[in-house]
Amino acid sequence: MAEFTSKIETQGLDLFYGEFKALENINMCVPEKNVTAIIGPSGCGKSTLLRCFNRMNDLVEGIRIEGKILIDKQNILDPATDLIALRKKVGMVFQRPNVFDLSIYQNLRFGLRIHRMLNGKDAIMEAIQNGLEHVGLWDELKDNLRKNARTLSLEQQQRLCIARVIILKPQIILLDEPCSALDPISTLRIEELLRVLKQDYTLVIVTHNMQQAARVSDYTGFMYLGKLIEFGDTNQVFTNPKEKLTESYIAGHFG
Amino acid sequence: MIRESFAKHIKALETEIVGMSEMVIAAINHSVDTLKNQDVAEAEKIIAADSLINKKRWEIEERCINLIALQQPVATDLREIIAVLSITTDLERMGDYAEGIAKIVVMLGKEPLVKPLVDIPEMAKLATGMLKKSMEAFIKRDAEAAKTICNEDDNVDRLYDRVYHELLTCMIENPKTISKATPLIWAAHNLERIADRVTNICERIAYLSTGTMQEINVSKY
Repeated sequence: MAEFTSKIETQGLDLFYGEFKALENINMCVPEKNVTAIIGPSGCGKSTLLRCFNRMNDLVEGIRIEGKILIDKQNILDPATDLIALRKKVGMVFQRPNVFDLSIYQNLRFGLRIHRMLNGKDAIMEAIQNGLEHVGLWDELKDNLRKNARTLSLEQQQRLCIARVIILKPQIILLDEPCSALDPISTLRIEELLRVLKQDYTLVIVTHNMQQAARVSDYTGFMYLGKLIEFGDTNQVFTNPKEKLTESYIAGHFG
Repeated sequence: MIRESFAKHIKALETEIVGMSEMVIAAINHSVDTLKNQDVAEAEKIIAADSLINKKRWEIEERCINLIALQQPVATDLREIIAVLSITTDLERMGDYAEGIAKIVVMLGKEPLVKPLVDIPEMAKLATGMLKKSMEAFIKRDAEAAKTICNEDDNVDRLYDRVYHELLTCMIENPKTISKATPLIWAAHNLERIADRVTNICERIAYLSTGTMQEINVSKY
């Protein structure tokens, strides 16, 4: 595997839902400014792992986490962690685009307000333009910023959600099945967007779709029954996996 | 273009294959020059440099394997990758033929040749010309041009016939020349085979642009 700088590093990470051990001894380094895909069958713990990276699991009752998650060498499981700052730094995009029932403009301004980031209309407008340009929506939407975001196509909504994350200047973007609600062409377009975004952000994508993981990622982790079975360069994982279990899964022998 | 990054991969593959063909053309020309000049030292360099062509072939194959595994190419994209896999094998073998000529140069050493070389350099010129044109046809996906290039193989075959009979006559007239004339037949035969390999490439170009696998040229040899 090529040398890389780790943006996220987990050390002996265990996660329990009550008595059930959903994650077991996960030791993984997520390389900075790359796309890392986490694949595995349903219930293998991939979304649970993803949600650990911005502590979204804290909202789940009866959860217990052990081990360390270092982001920029800081353990985010430390009780003193500022969760608002963490979630600003580690943005998240979900399966279905979750735009607010507001205008495009208001959707984008929302986070800026919450985080009290910018003052003045011009500065806000500049940030919004920049965010929409990043996701390739500016030309399409610049004259319709007052339009309700729910009137957009699902692909546009998902792009808008990504723009809403980007506008807060995160360093990491977590994507949980971001294309599962989209048609194949929109999916390919979002994938192209991810390739552009990785120049500036560290991206972690969880996907059921192995072909998508292969197309879009630089590194791939394969999970099974709460364990990280294999992690490596995507080329290697998909052409010559080290573990028999990985091979059986990606070749479609189980899952 | 939706899959812009995939298109870039395909473009890079094309650049690589053209680059490899240039390496092969240089090796062929160089080997025939060393034969003409009986330059053993230069011939040894060609033999050593063949490993670079072999290495390039593995690199291109690896790219193709990764693209198939990761990008799920279909239709023309898939045919292009399959065509490249086949072309790179032909190019690698052409590199071996050039290396073979260089080995003949080393074998013959400084002993004077049985006859001045005229047809053999001409064969090299025709074969490398065909290869160069085949790469242009590949880039343009031009099946018609590919077919026309195949017709030129007959000219190379004719020259080979001439060299063969000339050297055979030479050996019949003076059996002492056998050890020096036979390697020249081998060298000519290598060039004849190179041109045949170009026709393989042309068949792949036709496959790439039409989707039909068809033998265009049946060699006499």
